[in-house]
Amino acid sequence: MEFFLQLTINGVVVGSIYSLVALGFVIIYKSSGILNFAQGEFLLFGAYVFLAIVVYANVPMIPAVLLTFAFATLLGLLLERAVLRPLIGEPIISVIMVTLGLSSVLRAIVQAVWGTDTRPMPAVFSLEPIQLGPLPVARGYLYSAASVAVLLVLLTLFFKYARPGIAMRATAASQQVALSMGISVRRIFALSWSIAAVVSAAGGVLLGTMRGGVDGSLAVLGLKVLPVVIVGGLDSVGGAILGGLLVGVLENLAGGYLDPVFGGGVKEVAPFVALVLILMVRPYGLFGKVRIERV
Amino acid sequence: MLCGEFHTTYAGDMAIFETRRGRRALVVFVVALFAFPLVATSYWLDVANRAAIAVIAAMGLNILTGYTGQISLGNAAFLAVGAYTTAFLGSHGAPFVVACPASGIVAALAGMVFGIPSLRLKGLYLAMATLAAHFIVEFTITHWEVVTGGVSGSSVPSPRLFGYDFADDRRLFFLIVPACIAHLWFAKNLFRTRVGKAFVAIRDQDISAEVMGVTVFRHKLLSFAVSSFYIGVAGSLLAYQARIISPESFPLALAIDYLGMIIIGGLGSVLGSVLGAVFLTLLPEVLRLLTGALSSGFPQLVQLFSPLKLGVFGLTIVLFLVFEPEGLADLWRRIRNWFRLYPFSY
Repeated sequence: MEFFLQLTINGVVVGSIYSLVALGFVIIYKSSGILNFAQGEFLLFGAYVFLAIVVYANVPMIPAVLLTFAFATLLGLLLERAVLRPLIGEPIISVIMVTLGLSSVLRAIVQAVWGTDTRPMPAVFSLEPIQLGPLPVARGYLYSAASVAVLLVLLTLFFKYARPGIAMRATAASQQVALSMGISVRRIFALSWSIAAVVSAAGGVLLGTMRGGVDGSLAVLGLKVLPVVIVGGLDSVGGAILGGLLVGVLENLAGGYLDPVFGGGVKEVAPFVALVLILMVRPYGLFGKVRIERV
Repeated sequence: MLCGEFHTTYAGDMAIFETRRGRRALVVFVVALFAFPLVATSYWLDVANRAAIAVIAAMGLNILTGYTGQISLGNAAFLAVGAYTTAFLGSHGAPFVVACPASGIVAALAGMVFGIPSLRLKGLYLAMATLAAHFIVEFTITHWEVVTGGVSGSSVPSPRLFGYDFADDRRLFFLIVPACIAHLWFAKNLFRTRVGKAFVAIRDQDISAEVMGVTVFRHKLLSFAVSSFYIGVAGSLLAYQARIISPESFPLALAIDYLGMIIIGGLGSVLGSVLGAVFLTLLPEVLRLLTGALSSGFPQLVQLFSPLKLGVFGLTIVLFLVFEPEGLADLWRRIRNWFRLYPFSY
């Protein structure tokens, strides 16, 4: 039972980060219909930029986080303007390939600047365990889950009440209507890319501090986002949040209980098995709009 | 002087190589290709073999993605299926004529299994389903140790044909390149048949295709099968060339490489598959030569080689998609047309 609870808590903590990154993914998909396979590299970039600002420029924590976010915003804006905008209206394969190409470029830049060794990340939160009922839980985990919760609440409020947030929802609902209401759809695309970059950077910083180090393997998370958004529904913000938690718990439980049977690796493959099963049974996920064309 | 292409017979109109000049150029090219091993070093023979294998795989992927419009990110997995079938059969004494086609067939079966979701899924969703296929196959290969040898990999004996041992790259060249030409010839002809045209109809508008009497699901599955057969044969040849294969030989990056080849070459084009595959196989080699030549002046370049390779690959794809979305095949067509009717090329 204790083992089960421990796995579940780890799953929820990791899953909360998945939720955050998946949210960025869903925002881009909802507003512009693009699957962003470079999401993991956004995360990687954010983590490394944060590391550089904190360790090499000796900037204190809070301004460093804000600087990282500013940097991520710029990155998102730049990519949207230079690469994605010319591809509006091109076939899906082109758009998928361009984000895959972008992910190679971003990873190459990270490798060229910071190398491939694992860089130690300074502990943002103290890692001393805290007693949660019968279970010891690392304090950093709690803070991480808490910051994700705060970010998610802020984003939800933004979509509900802020003017640009409402404009984004309008664009997602119908681009033509949004245009005729005087919303600049281009600006909404740019906004959605910068929000996606910022939430991914936040995910990268949190994941880096949880692991205590940053290296290229962080980018794998970008692919793990796919099962998350499929579970939740590709165009549902709430689904991304719940899907992240579900996938986090699922992979930890599967890893914990099935790894001894298969000899490792179950944790990595379990989300993708879930993805195939869900695609076969319910391709629109838990909360997605039911709009699968079939012939 | 030529002032246009005028076909006066149906046979002439349907010919694969329309002009006499084109046919002559092709013969010269094939002769030069088979003379290549006489002059090339073993390094360039290795590159040529890898390029020819990549051409087969890219052609296979292009049948599925370029001609039928089904996006697949799982092609590295099917390559692995082919390669491991060859390793398994080869180590149990199967000769080349059995092992290589069998690899294609096993890969085709695997492709059909993962093609079943295409019944209900389109575009983005299919990309994700095939991506999941990649991870599931990778997991299976790593853990089914009796057959695959697990993480330590398995070794492949050199191919034997008519009692002749194709042990090095120079000999393998005469096995791989004819196989490559045969596959290209089949693909070129496939799209002149009913089945091939059905594939194209599904890509352009699946609902209209169904209305016109094309059974969409059957043809989608068939496309997955043909495509995976090509990729499986490529995997088999890859295994024969590499001699040792392990799960790390087939990363997701390889699947992205192949997609890059057909994007850069041109979707839905046989020539494009060839050009793209050769281009992307040569690109790292050219980069290696360049960094080697410049490393005396800039010694730090040697460390930067791997990110440079990755970055140039990504940048090439992005630039092609933004500025030349029809790929090298279209570029080649424009250049050729300009010269064909020179000086009256309007």
